[in-house]
Amino acid sequence: MIEIDEELCKGCGICTDFCPMKVLETSDKINKKGYYPPKAVKEDECLGCRLCELLCPEFAIFIINE
Amino acid sequence: MDYYENYLKKFEGKTFFILGDEAVAYGALFARCNFFGGYPITPASEVAELIARLLPNVNGYYVQFEDEIASIGAVIGAAWAGGKAMTATSGPGFSLMQENIGYAVMTETPCVIVDVQRSGPSTGQATKPAQGDVMQARWGTHGDHEIIALAPSSVQECFDLMIDCFNLSEIYRTPVILLTDGEIGHLREKMVMPKLKDVKIVKRPKAKDNKSVFGGQLIPPMMEFGRGGFIHVTGSTHKTSGMRDVESQEVHEELITRIYKKIETNREKIVRIEKKHMKNAKVAVVSYGASARPSLGAVERARRNKKKVGFFRFITIWPFARKQITELGKQVDTILVPEMNLGQISREIERFVDCEVISVPKIGGIVHSIDEIYAKIKEVV
Amino acid sequence: MKYLREEIFPTKFCSGCGCGTVLNCYAHAIDELGLNPENIVSVTGIGCSSWIPSPYLKCDTLHTTHGRPLAFATGVKIMKPDMDVVVIAGDGDIAGIGGNHLIHSARRNLDISVFLVNNYIYGMTGGQVSPTTPMGHPTTTTPYKNIEHPMKIAELVAAAGASYVARWTTYNVFPLMESMQNAFKKKGFSFIEILSPCPVAHGRKIGMREGQDYLNMFKEKAIKIEKVKNLSEKELEDRIVIGKFVDRERTEFTESLRKLNQERIGK
Repeated sequence: MIEIDEELCKGCGICTDFCPMKVLETSDKINKKGYYPPKAVKEDECLGCRLCELLCPEFAIFIINE
Repeated sequence: MDYYENYLKKFEGKTFFILGDEAVAYGALFARCNFFGGYPITPASEVAELIARLLPNVNGYYVQFEDEIASIGAVIGAAWAGGKAMTATSGPGFSLMQENIGYAVMTETPCVIVDVQRSGPSTGQATKPAQGDVMQARWGTHGDHEIIALAPSSVQECFDLMIDCFNLSEIYRTPVILLTDGEIGHLREKMVMPKLKDVKIVKRPKAKDNKSVFGGQLIPPMMEFGRGGFIHVTGSTHKTSGMRDVESQEVHEELITRIYKKIETNREKIVRIEKKHMKNAKVAVVSYGASARPSLGAVERARRNKKKVGFFRFITIWPFARKQITELGKQVDTILVPEMNLGQISREIERFVDCEVISVPKIGGIVHSIDEIYAKIKEVV
Repeated sequence: MKYLREEIFPTKFCSGCGCGTVLNCYAHAIDELGLNPENIVSVTGIGCSSWIPSPYLKCDTLHTTHGRPLAFATGVKIMKPDMDVVVIAGDGDIAGIGGNHLIHSARRNLDISVFLVNNYIYGMTGGQVSPTTPMGHPTTTTPYKNIEHPMKIAELVAAAGASYVARWTTYNVFPLMESMQNAFKKKGFSFIEILSPCPVAHGRKIGMREGQDYLNMFKEKAIKIEKVKNLSEKELEDRIVIGKFVDRERTEFTESLRKLNQERIGK
């Protein structure tokens, strides 16, 4: 499961760019700080590799492997 | 097991014929110093050489660092890890340490810095004594702060004041400077080690929680690393919790004012002076450290010749003995200030008295002779 | 996460900065090793990367003067040998102004872990040239171009005598995290140079305005140390050598200090 804390996000786009399965995409929702956080568009294709979780500079994404 | 008790037993009560620098090292040991970080420099190296020999015997640690900046840095780190830490240096090294002395002031870190003053500026005359760091000790690091500095004028006092330096640093949670000089450091004379039970050691007050390690009261208690306090120590402006706040004017003012006041408001408790032959004196010779010795000699010669001259010596250089100097200024018509610089303390005295203040400077690595000071006395009496 | 001072998030780092990624890997490394944060002291200097643990990581933190965290850390480690002492600082901090302390701490082989975040620039002061800025890059204080050679920090620390030396980038998050764990476990001076993006102070002058530009550059230029044996210096000029440089057993400093004391006290 992909957990995104939208308010921590600074919209750098690293997670969306480097996801190997392109699971994440920039959403059109704006957060309190004025950034566009990511959203999971193909969650079922997520490999659970946690690359996005570790790359994220803001602790805004966590992958919970069932 | 108390390694100190065990090891120091063989010294207690004994009479030694040693250097001032060596007395500093013994004094540190009696004060339970357990960390020394240093770098060789004339005329302070003897402190390091002896303490390097002593510390392992009491399970303390001596480390020679790559420079004086690292030495004082490690001293501060060791203090936050629970150590009683010190370093010893001379002018050039003392200059290098200034930034981190400011860090110790800002983070309220107890530690002791020994400055065995030598002739400057720059390399100057490395082997020659001087008293040119009086103002560097006071204002060397940037920003507003108060500092404590003590100046010994005998080998015995090197020992005694070293213990006082450690105690003051614990009481006021601040760096304390032992401002000695090459003359006293390299002077060999008699000193007597005290009995262990007669040495008063101030224990570091320990904070119960991490909420107010940096405020909440004039002198907050400390919390060492590894106690689960998750404490945050920073030289940046910080709140009472230790968290950085580099924006708020109020937080900065509160912090800096408190750090200033903890010494300022306790001035009378910290200040120590020595007065001799002051009865009916109309002239006072005011001095400290090495130059206090010929000063006293000259005063005593003047008294033998029926001249009304008194002697006043600063043991505490900083904070300045304002009240005592003001009172002195009311009693006498003239104050003579022999010192091994071009008038650093003399100028400070002028700020607090209305009487005449005459600087008696001497530079170039030679202590005043009694004749020189006596000649000055004769001029004014 | 239990290792963070969550109440002060989000961080003050710029968008795309690598400092957050380093903090992320650091926190994950502690978590996976199951370390008790009460037993960790993070010592930092001055600069953006010094803000990684100070104040974001929930452990004892000592935020020191510019260039001097290794000196402070030495004092802490000697008095508290059972604590994990970690220094996190930037290229300007411990390779520039504090370079000498780096060499000598490695020479002593002091048992601490050092994570040097190399972002090629003095970021906090607004983008001045640093000892690691690549030749030819314009910065605010080399307005035409940088004409100095950059420093090879990992190689320097290896030569100085550290027990463990590695270099990774913030793109190699998994090996970086593993390397951090090895650094924690290794007795002796463990050093990891971490190349990290600074799209704001460094990148803006060379057309790399996003964190991704750096990660793509790291991906493209990185070459594993195992593969560089037969390559000439010229061929490696524009490459980033990553991997483990040194992993060796060498007498550790605080242990030697303690042994010396035991010899004296035993008498």
